[in-house]
Amino acid sequence: MTSSQLHLYGTSLSSRLIMGTALYPSPDHLTQSVKAGGAEVVTLSLRRETAGEGSGADFWEHIKALNVHLLPNTAGCRTAKDAITTAQMAREIFGTKWLKLEVIANDDTLQPDLFELVEATKELSSQGFQVFPYTTEDLGAAEKLLSAGAEVLMPWGAPIGTGRGLMNPYALRTMRSYFPDIPLIVDAGIGAPSHAAEAMEMGYDAILLNTAIAKAGDPVAMAAAFKLSVEAGRLAHQALIIEQRDMASPSTPVAGTPFFDLDNLN
Amino acid sequence: MLKINIIGAGILGLWQAYRFAKAGHQVHLLEQSETLFEKASSRLAGAMLAPFCESEASQKELIPHALKSLELWHEGPCEIHTNGTLIIAPPRDRIELISFAKRTIEHELVKSEKLSKLEPALEGRFDEALYYEREGHLAPRPAMETLLENIKKLNGQISLGFKGSLPHANYTVDTRGMGAKSDLKTLDKTLRPVRGEMVVVHLPDLKLHRPIRLLHPRMPSYIVPWPDDQYMIGATVIETDDDGPITLRAGLELLGSAFTVHPSFGEAKIIEFNAGSRPSFSDNLPKIVLEGDHIFVNGAYRHGFLLAPLLAEMVLAYIEEGVPIEGLFQ
Repeated sequence: MTSSQLHLYGTSLSSRLIMGTALYPSPDHLTQSVKAGGAEVVTLSLRRETAGEGSGADFWEHIKALNVHLLPNTAGCRTAKDAITTAQMAREIFGTKWLKLEVIANDDTLQPDLFELVEATKELSSQGFQVFPYTTEDLGAAEKLLSAGAEVLMPWGAPIGTGRGLMNPYALRTMRSYFPDIPLIVDAGIGAPSHAAEAMEMGYDAILLNTAIAKAGDPVAMAAAFKLSVEAGRLAHQALIIEQRDMASPSTPVAGTPFFDLDNLN
Repeated sequence: MLKINIIGAGILGLWQAYRFAKAGHQVHLLEQSETLFEKASSRLAGAMLAPFCESEASQKELIPHALKSLELWHEGPCEIHTNGTLIIAPPRDRIELISFAKRTIEHELVKSEKLSKLEPALEGRFDEALYYEREGHLAPRPAMETLLENIKKLNGQISLGFKGSLPHANYTVDTRGMGAKSDLKTLDKTLRPVRGEMVVVHLPDLKLHRPIRLLHPRMPSYIVPWPDDQYMIGATVIETDDDGPITLRAGLELLGSAFTVHPSFGEAKIIEFNAGSRPSFSDNLPKIVLEGDHIFVNGAYRHGFLLAPLLAEMVLAYIEEGVPIEGLFQ
């Protein structure tokens, strides 16, 4: 994948940073942060927020004014059935087939319930949804999600909101090599820009995050920092990072070095 | 002496009316509800006077204004408690406490010994807390009553159930909250409702002396002691225009957090479940919007009680002395 554009279900994107819209100090902070981060896709939750009946809520108007692709999520759903109902409402309200499918197994870790996730992916894909499942690095689950109709996978870096970065880099590397042609997005657990750069250097296609920017001391500046780190990581991946070695290897060739000290010449 | 209409008898309107009446102007306070405070968002407020805690959400620029406003509260007629604020977190969420401390100023990390002196009821329940000594709180409904009595004493006129056209006046100060949404829209100011849900309980067996905020990664909450052994437990912050009754989930979460602070809350009697909307602009800060002799004061978000006296002072200075409305609240 050397193309600079990211392709998700046929949509081409220049930005590889996907931003959540929750937890910001104010809608103005959100707008400025999305601009600073250069995101072309934002996620938003249907649960409670923006789910007002009838005419669109003001917050939803605010999101529309961002003029970016919307990736509605099923945050807070605990069963496939619950997620499917939420997804159908999201499609109606937000007018998109895209769906970040999140089925949560456990309140303490917010880890995905892989069984329910596969079931909901199968059903929603058959209903024409373009599913972005929030999953783990488990390769078996990943294969089942792909055969259920998902064309993009979103493994976690660490549990949602923990900001711990890539807790299992080995498994994430394996997943990347195992699915070289599937768009893979690290979703959740990112805390610092270096975490995002690390995933991008591994060859991940994009980063999805929310808390790391929204709850930063200065969200707008942090969004700008993440934009740079995602671009740096991507560029580094394309530029082919050197292999690690055990022994030092001088960066300046020793052969031909003059014997005198250049500093003492004058 | 000027004739001043004040529309809306929430905390913003009451302070405007009180301040103008005190300055010797002829005030007419106009309120749409027949019953006082029936529709005011302020009746559901936590009414914490917490300049430092409220600046946690990236709004440090609010602090000097909030401190000035706090002084004005002290100079005013209402009873203010300055017992500080305590922030606590369950041991497993200790990181939230550290993070909150990092984002705010003027606090002290108190350990169990001092904590149990401040709030004996919490002895042995929490190992540490953040203590914001300079912060205060008040009982919102009694404070609103007190302001109203003072407006009457200062010969202010009050009309309840007000509809129709405004009486003649030199200036009108409009504090209608969401009621002014469409008028503000024509001035290119977008007001949105941010839903809040709260519970009031009665619990004579427990004595807490100051607002206690409980940090939690998903659902931070607070408990404010109210008069007559009541506690207000609040509050959700939800971006929706739904202004219907409190949901079961919000009720469970709020009651659960009170139970986490102290199991005695298990025996508390629930007096009130309520939900309402906080009128808010897109930066979540109040604004004074000038439209000739019609002055909108709106968008107090979570800061109505905290900033009401300052906003009144600013409008008064603008009208009496032409002091321009500049900066944060413009």
